Amino acid sequence: MSRPVIARWQAASKRFGAVLALDRFSLDIHAGEVLAVLGPNGAGKTTALGLLTGLIRASSGHTELFGKDPASIEARRGMGVMLQTGDPPDTLTVAEHVRLFSGYYPQPRPLAETLAMAQLSELAQRRYGALSGGQQRRLQFALAICGRPQLLLVDEPTTGLDVEARRSFWQVLRGLVAQGTAVVLTTHYLEEADALADRVALIQQGRLVALDTPLAIKSRVGGQCLRFRSTLSDPSLAQLPGVLSVRRDGSHFELRATEVERLLPLLLAADPGLRDLTISAQSLENAVVDLIKEAA
Amino acid sequence: MSTNTVAIRPSMARIYALESWLAFVQVLRAPAFALPTLLFPLAFYALFGLVLPTRIGSMAPAHYLLATYGAFAAMGPALFGFGVGLAMEQQMGWLALKRASPMPIGAYFASKVAMAMLFALCTTLLLGSAAVVFGKVHMEVSQWLLLTAVLVLGAIPFCALGLLIGSLAKAQAAVAVVNLIYLPMSVLSGLWMPVKMFPPFMQDLAPMLPAYHFGVLALNAAGFKLGNPGSALLALIGFTLGFTALALYAQRRRWSP
Repeated sequence: MSRPVIARWQAASKRFGAVLALDRFSLDIHAGEVLAVLGPNGAGKTTALGLLTGLIRASSGHTELFGKDPASIEARRGMGVMLQTGDPPDTLTVAEHVRLFSGYYPQPRPLAETLAMAQLSELAQRRYGALSGGQQRRLQFALAICGRPQLLLVDEPTTGLDVEARRSFWQVLRGLVAQGTAVVLTTHYLEEADALADRVALIQQGRLVALDTPLAIKSRVGGQCLRFRSTLSDPSLAQLPGVLSVRRDGSHFELRATEVERLLPLLLAADPGLRDLTISAQSLENAVVDLIKEAA
Repeated sequence: MSTNTVAIRPSMARIYALESWLAFVQVLRAPAFALPTLLFPLAFYALFGLVLPTRIGSMAPAHYLLATYGAFAAMGPALFGFGVGLAMEQQMGWLALKRASPMPIGAYFASKVAMAMLFALCTTLLLGSAAVVFGKVHMEVSQWLLLTAVLVLGAIPFCALGLLIGSLAKAQAAVAVVNLIYLPMSVLSGLWMPVKMFPPFMQDLAPMLPAYHFGVLALNAAGFKLGNPGSALLALIGFTLGFTALALYAQRRRWSP
């Protein structure tokens, strides 16, 4: 990628007591890109983000934000942050909170623009404590974007949002990216990473185990996904040619397989009563699950 | 783009001013905080200073208790607003988000001190009005100004104590700790009744408490020649520095695990 590097981890390690939360983690963030940081719970995602916000200091190696120490206020003026927790005081209004945070930045958005982007225009005078869970999350997002940051850091931004809210959040995020904002996000919804990210970084036990485009990661694992109901047993399915893996999901089977065109007639011959068959491209979720298993 | 963000700096004065104002508004709008801190001292003062006037030696209780309940009132917002507020905002992750934002960290703590001082000004005006209207308290203008200044600035050592409590305790524990400290310390320091009315060993204990020295300064400002205001001031400065140093140590440990 030819775009300039705006932030980087360089062999950054972080030890909490006996636990090595991050192990020589190196990664560059380029201007304008969307980087999704994925990994199981406790893999080190939040620690990696913590180094970039300056809230956590590396035990060894280092982290750079706009070429500076992330703890320096000049570096932080180029970044907006939305953490997993971070409830503002209940008694201040939406507008008061946004106005206060906007003042921290050199060239903030006008208040009305920030509120509109976070879909809070109607709620400007509402106190934080009187907002619904989704509205509270939107305010936290508003605080992250009010300063027109060049880099936006969002830690599980859509956890707890319904599907519609999540989609509209994606739309706002795409709008920001179109204006040149770089985004680093962690998420448990791999569909989200697939929809938004230019690159996916997969962390496992504090180490970077994969870094690529969602497409490349999906094709690295390969195959397609077949879902159906059948009376066949797991072992007999696994013996069929081209089958990579078999998983039982309630009353359904989930097969990962290559050369589906050759497999299908055999499958249907083996179980003429096979029902509810769907064939889909490999999901990022499956690919990630496989990569994590490989790395473990 | 990145050069722009370095070249233009947001106004620090504006950040500190807005941060302070909103820190004040934030607690003023919380009835569980604002009502007790504003009205309890006024109610106690009205009861013991105005309604049940038992003379304390030759001193008019309405006048004497204006100074000591004024000090009592100034300590509340510092301990509850600063101490408990800090513990809660740390626990909720709010302080972490603020630290990750481009807020100058000093603005956060300065705003809490400003909040406590504004509240102290409010309680001083409330008690002072009651003293003049119902207690017939008469003081020179210079005495009023001096007493107000002492009561407002006297919130600072208790902000430092609040900072220490908030840095060490979790939110729920902080409420309990402040309750355990605030009222007993106020009584033992002679803010509810003169220390002279206590048994001798309690009189000896009082100067170990910062609130005692706050009381001495307030009484002297109000025209009572009691204790030694010079050493009381030094003691308060010492307590402030000590509490702050311990609190900074606790904060440093918390933020650099």
